[in-house]
Parts: sequence; structure tokens; C-alpha cells
Amino acid sequence: MSAFTQWFNERTPGLGAVYKKHMTEYYAPKNFNVMYYFGSLALLVLVNQIVTGIFLTMFYTPSAAGAFDSVQYIMRDVDWGWLVRYMHTTGASMFFIVIYLHMFRGLMYGSYKKPRELVWLLGMLIFLALMAEAFMGYVLPWGNMSFWGAKVIITLFSAVPWIGDTLVSWIMGTVGAAGLYVPGDATLNRFFALHVVALPLVLLLLVVLHLGALHEVGSNNPDGVEIKQHKGPNGHPLDGIPFHPYYTLKDLVGVGVFLIICAIIIFFAPTVGGFFIEHDNAIPANDLVTPATIKPVWYFSPFYAILRMIPSKGLGVLALIASILVLFLVPWLDRGKVKSIRYRGLGYKVALAIFAAVFFLLGCIGADLTPGWITAVFGPNADITSIENLFGRILVILYFAFFAFLWVYTFFGLERTKPVPERVTTHA
Amino acid sequence: MADESINKGRRRFLTASTAVIGAGGLALTALPFVKTWLPSARAEAAGAPVKVDVSKLERGQRLRVGWQKKPVDIVNRSADQLKWLKAQDPRLRDPDSREPQQPKYCQNTYRAIRKEWLVFIDICTHLGCVPDFYGEVKPEPFDPQWKGGYYCPCHHSRYDLSARVYQGVPAPLNMVVMPYHWVDDTHILIGVDPPAGSPQLKGPLEGPLKGATA
Repeated sequence: MSAFTQWFNERTPGLGAVYKKHMTEYYAPKNFNVMYYFGSLALLVLVNQIVTGIFLTMFYTPSAAGAFDSVQYIMRDVDWGWLVRYMHTTGASMFFIVIYLHMFRGLMYGSYKKPRELVWLLGMLIFLALMAEAFMGYVLPWGNMSFWGAKVIITLFSAVPWIGDTLVSWIMGTVGAAGLYVPGDATLNRFFALHVVALPLVLLLLVVLHLGALHEVGSNNPDGVEIKQHKGPNGHPLDGIPFHPYYTLKDLVGVGVFLIICAIIIFFAPTVGGFFIEHDNAIPANDLVTPATIKPVWYFSPFYAILRMIPSKGLGVLALIASILVLFLVPWLDRGKVKSIRYRGLGYKVALAIFAAVFFLLGCIGADLTPGWITAVFGPNADITSIENLFGRILVILYFAFFAFLWVYTFFGLERTKPVPERVTTHA
Repeated sequence: MADESINKGRRRFLTASTAVIGAGGLALTALPFVKTWLPSARAEAAGAPVKVDVSKLERGQRLRVGWQKKPVDIVNRSADQLKWLKAQDPRLRDPDSREPQQPKYCQNTYRAIRKEWLVFIDICTHLGCVPDFYGEVKPEPFDPQWKGGYYCPCHHSRYDLSARVYQGVPAPLNMVVMPYHWVDDTHILIGVDPPAGSPQLKGPLEGPLKGATA
């Protein structure tokens, strides 16, 4: 040990131990596959959002009068401002792609099951905080879609019994008759504060807790076997390898591929055809003109479709909330002991595939892609609303049916699992 | 020396009372912060009434004005548009305007003070979008039996020409008719009820207005 390292360690009790515990002596299963890149990629995107966000804050004006112009100023007049902003907007969408794949990985390999329930719950809290962070960030450019998106989403709170309208007025900070509140300067300013200060702090804290909880119980793996059950004479898991340098270096390969994809988007198609940045947001906020179609950014569209398909305001909002909250319950709905999809019953494989397809199709409805498809299939005179409602409502039922099935299938012992190996398998 | 044995009861009492008083103090301290989010005095002051001249509006036409930053639509309904209103009743959620979405003096089929003149806030009762005006009595792609009205582009809610919501759409209520009254035959004051004793409180008044073309 060099003299400096020794001098340093003597003055920082515990820091070396923390580094060892979480890096050089954190033993992760050796059989991670490609689905295991998304945790570290999520961390990378978080860092990107914080760094680019700090620079955007230097040029952005948080006021209804100045916000839209200041974003145009960043795009046109600030040297390299367009790059910083596109990195931030692309980062937002990539964050959700990475998080959705990360969550799907959890469902595939049973990473939410005992003893990792808390890891899943903390992850879900991160997902919630991320949705709030993304929504508020989307409002800041104060384009017409920012404005109407904010109005529609905040108005969801009017479905709360008795205090609904007061709650909406309180969140927006504006006056209006019942059910007629519009966001204004006050709304924009508080969203700015929450987006750049409060929620990033919450996110960082939750990420630390998520990783802390994970490192306490250890990582799951594609075989869903506990590597801690087979330890070598040195006390380390036989099927584990130190996170650093093995997985830090492996993750760098994933980072390389990921950054190439991000760069292609940023430099060649930063709006991704209106999905990452919506065209209507190039128009300044106007409270007298609703955009032709109000739709959320793609990452909210599955949940938004659930809201839209329910022909009742109160029930629609309840279904929207339930569709997110039910994910919290997955560790307790799934009573199956076998973790990995490799050894689970056919029922689970089929159900998970259907669930993923349903989630995707709901996203298509929420993103308003379906009217075009319906006229293509049923002809130009088709009753778009009825057909969309019919299919959409079936999808909503299937979405919730997945969770009901998961419980029935495992609670009543209907699942026929395959034998789980003692040790992890590799395909050398 | 004092008695050094531990008095557990006293310790529990002190812990509990400190916790309770501390929590109360925290809650009281949080209150001002929560209240900073209420509409400010400046926001409250932004809600003044608006006077509109409607003398230029032909039958069948629509005029949009802003009031309290909200879109208020004024429609001078033609005889053809008016005659279909009653016939829509079976297709509507609340044909008789039983829900308190309008002042008492507008609780009628026309939801108006003067039969021809619909004055309301064009904000969808589903999630607050602004429905578009499809005034013509002719089949539309979203409704082959369309008799004129409003259609919300966001979630496809439909309203008739009295701003009454149709059945089978996400919006739960008729759109809001805010307080207003006729100052004279060509001017509407938006945001203020008719003065006490005015015949406008009885509504709906018949007959075309001075200056309005038939």
C-alpha cells in the first residue's frame, strides 16, 4: 500500500471497506446475460440527466413568459446548446426504455422474489419518482403539449372525492371555477423546483437504497439459484465473481453499444418521429387552442390508454393508479418458489409473453397510432371509436388478468415447474 | 448521590411527549410551506368579468372569447340547429341538466337565457381539453347521426349544441355554463349573474335580438 493510500485510509474510516463491499468484494453470479446490462445503464443515464440538466438550468428561464423562448435560445444561440438539450431529451426516453427492460428482466427471472422483495419495492418507488420527474420535466419547455399535458394530468386529481377541485387548484396555484383550472406561472415555477432539486435528491437517495438492499441479499441471475448456498473454502460463492473488475469491464461493453445507439438518435433523429419530442411542443403554450391530439410522451402511453378506455372519470383514474400500484404487489401475488422463467411452467411463460404484448399494444393506443391501423384494416368508414374501445378494453382486462392469473396459478399450485439446478449453468 | 436506578415510566413518558410535541411542531411548520402552493393574491385578482359584443355574430356562427384564461364559446344557434336539440335527449347522459353544471336560470333544454344563444365554457368535463366546434347538422366520421355540437379531439367525447354530453364517452358531465347575463340586446357580461328581479333569471327568453340577423 502506498504511503498516500495509507495516509488517506487512516483518515477516512470505513471508506475502503465500503469500496470493497460494493465493488471488489461484491460477488455477483458469473452467468449474467444481456438482460443484466440495464441496471448499470440506468445509472449511466441518471448521471447523464444530472450533468446535462445542470447545464440546461444555466440557460433556462423558469417563467410562463420566458420558458419557451429560453429553450429556443438554448437550441439556436447557445454554443452546443442543442447537443446538451438533445442529450437530455433523448436521455429521458432512454431512461424509460432501460427501466422497462430492467423491470421485465425482474419478471423474467423472478428477481422480486424472496429475499429480494425490498429491492423490487425500492425499484418501484424509483419508477414512480422517475415518472413524476419525467412529467414535470416535460412541462418545463412550456410548449403547447407541455401546457395541455400538465392540465390533463393535474386535472386527474379532481377525481379525488370532496377535495378534488381544491387539490387541483393547490397543485396548479391558479384560480378557476370547479373543474376549470389551467396551469400557469406558479405551476411552472414549482415544477421547475421539484424537477431540478427535490426529485433528483429523492431519486439519488432511492438509488442508494435500491443498491444497498440489493448488495445485502446479493444479485439474482438467469437461473434463479442462490449462489450464496455454495461457498468455497475462502467464504466466497463458488459461482460468484467480484463485481469489479469483472462486471465493471463487462458493463463497459454494454455502455459502448448503448452510447452508439444514443448517438445515432441524438445526431440523426432526435425527435424520433415525434415520439421523443412531440411536434406540438414546437408551438408555444396556448390555453385557447388544444393540440389536435393530446397524448403523453410514449413512455406513459400504456397507462394513459388504460385511463382512456374506461368510460368513467373516477373509475378511469382508479384503473390508472391500480395499473401501477399492482406492480408493487407482484412479490406477494406470485407464490411460486421457482424464480427463473427457464424452469417455470408453460402458463407463466405464455402469460408473461401476453402481458408484454398487451403492454406494447396499450402503448400504441395511448400514442394514438390505432386510428390509422383501424382505417387500414376496416376501411375508411370504420367506426374508429367503437373498434378502438372494444380492443382497448379487452387489453385493459388482459393487463389486470395477468396479475390475477399469477396469483391463482401459483397459489393453487397449478404451475408445473422443471427441476432447478443446484448451481448456475453456463454455455461455454 | 441521587438514586441512579432507571425510572422506565418516566423515560417512556419523556420519549412519547417529545415525539408527540415534536411531530405537532413539524406539522405546524409544514403548514406554511403547504400553503405557499395556494393561488396567490395576484392569481386571485386575475378573475374579472368580461363584456362581449355579439352584434356581429350571424345565425349558426360561433365566437370564442377568453375569460379567466378559459375559452368561452358563444354560439348563435340557427333554427335548424335548435330543432334537433330536444330529439337528442335519449342519447344524452343528463338531458335535463340535473347536475349542477349551470346556473339555475340556464337549467333548460337550451341551457341558455335566450333560446338561440349558447354561452358556455368550452372545456371538456373529462380531463379539461377544449372540444372542437362541429356546428353543421351532417354526418361526421365520429358520429353518423351528428346534429351539430362539440367533439373533443383528446378522448373523443361528444356534446350536442347545448353543450350536453352524449352517452358512451369518457366525459361524465355536461360542459359548464358559467354565470352571465345580457347587459343589453347586443352585449353579454361573462362572469356575473343577472341582477335580482331580472326576467333573464326565468329564461329561456324567446325571439331574435335586435341587431342579430335571422
